[in-house]
Amino acid sequence: MVPLSWYLVLGAVLFVTGAAGVVLRRNVLIVLMSLELMLNSVSVNLVAFSHFFGDFRGQIIAIFVIAITAAEVAIALGILVALVRNKATLEVDEVTIMKG
Amino acid sequence: MDMNAVIRSVIASGPEIIVIVGACVLLMVGLVAEKRYGRLLVGATLAVVIAAAAATFALAGAPRTAYGGMFVIDDFAIFFKLVLYLATGLTVLMSGRYLEEEAIARSEYYALLLFALSGMMIMVSGLDLLTIYVGLELQSLSLYVLTGFFRHDPRSNEAALKYIILGAVSSGIFLYGLSLAYGLTGTTQLTDMATALAHGRATDPALILATIFLVTGLIFKVGAVPFHMWVPDVYEGAPTTITAFLSVASKAAAFAIVLRIFLDALAPVTEIWTVLVAVIAVLTIALGSFVALVQTNIKRMLAYSSIAHAGFALLGLVAGGPDGVASVMLYLLIYTFMNLGIFGTVVMMRKGDVRGDMIADYTGFAKTHRGLALLMLIFLFSLAGIPPTAGFFAKFYVLVALINQGYVALAVIAVLLSAVAAFFYIRIVMLMYMREPTRSFDLALTPSLRLVLAIAGLGTVGIGILPSWFLDLAQGAILTVMR
Repeated sequence: MVPLSWYLVLGAVLFVTGAAGVVLRRNVLIVLMSLELMLNSVSVNLVAFSHFFGDFRGQIIAIFVIAITAAEVAIALGILVALVRNKATLEVDEVTIMKG
Repeated sequence: MDMNAVIRSVIASGPEIIVIVGACVLLMVGLVAEKRYGRLLVGATLAVVIAAAAATFALAGAPRTAYGGMFVIDDFAIFFKLVLYLATGLTVLMSGRYLEEEAIARSEYYALLLFALSGMMIMVSGLDLLTIYVGLELQSLSLYVLTGFFRHDPRSNEAALKYIILGAVSSGIFLYGLSLAYGLTGTTQLTDMATALAHGRATDPALILATIFLVTGLIFKVGAVPFHMWVPDVYEGAPTTITAFLSVASKAAAFAIVLRIFLDALAPVTEIWTVLVAVIAVLTIALGSFVALVQTNIKRMLAYSSIAHAGFALLGLVAGGPDGVASVMLYLLIYTFMNLGIFGTVVMMRKGDVRGDMIADYTGFAKTHRGLALLMLIFLFSLAGIPPTAGFFAKFYVLVALINQGYVALAVIAVLLSAVAAFFYIRIVMLMYMREPTRSFDLALTPSLRLVLAIAGLGTVGIGILPSWFLDLAQGAILTVMR
């Protein structure tokens, strides 16, 4: 059986990769994909803990996380479509007009 | 779960059910109703809020948990729900005319506002990290859409995009903390977590990591340093009424979960987060106060002002204990009145081609509109914390709680920084009273906006006159575990 720590390391690596993508990449779509990675790492953690403890709580939370993340991405893409109609760009730096 | 438990749970969540059903009905009505039914929508939204408030009053009494301990109705939740109803009601009242001026009068606006309200209500009643997370996301998702409600304005699009990306990052961080806390304690129920952590050592690295992730995720939601950068952009780009709603209701709900998680679930590991939160609070007040000095857009200035106020309220959390909690709760109630009042005056400037969101737009305002200028003066003095107004007592009780707990240095720093903050509020007063007007003022004042300003003014002055009565109210509603 695969030990718990392997799953936790996988979760941590996914989370850090996702966070790095959000901070470093300048394309909005790739930022959104990196966000997914961050949230999926949480699901990995939750399911691993849930299996380790032998209760369902973690798995239930993971399902909630997956559903809510899907809603979040749908809204993000909707906002992105509205933005691209006004200004045809996907680069974060070109979107920015408010400063101060 | 037997049938009786199900019925008890449904009754306990009655106000939430009323708001969600009301929002769904509004969505349907919006499909058939035409534009001229704007007033009907405002009235229907208000009716839903009032019905929910009545249901909440009916539930007052001994604390009761529902849904297997994931949801609770206690005085703490009821206090925050009343603040939320107040904020939503006033926001709806000031929305009608503004939406017409901006040509975005649509029924979805009110439905989303109610969905956001229901999310916040679930947050303040949540007794499990899962319920809190679900409520948090329900309010955030509704607010992302409302922020981007000017679909054809690039500033609004940009604000919504920044808000959703940074909001999702903070949710991710909070969830990662949640997963670690679940791994450490085997539960996500707040009371059980506190029991499980009672034997935990504060030097356990996994525990420190989990606490830091939870703190970080929550700090974002209240808009404190170093996760404040979304606040000014979102406040500037969003419709003004939504900015007002965000600054009071969203902040109150976020503080409610901060108080509940930190002082209930994480109470056994207080030494891990107290220093962290104290540093964050001081940095937040400092940044908010200094950066607000150079702003020219009033919505942006109020954004930095709200950052500074969030820092001040966090100091009440650092003080902890019953006095600290009560001071934060009173602070949020007072902040709701004075901030909605000042945003009401920003909304009223928006008419025709005048955007009215620059500070310079208020030049000489007192020469032509004495009454309104006086009202603005009261709100600004209250935000600055000048004695006869409510804002002074908000800060005063936080400082008293801090000093009683021995944090004298923190209290001194906070007072000095609020002197800096007073400068930019008084600058607007000076512009209004000392300069000659450069233009004629054409105000979008409706009876409902007048009502909002009157209620906000009454609240600001009333709490300033009877602060101890309201403090007793807050002290009677502190978390059950603190008693």
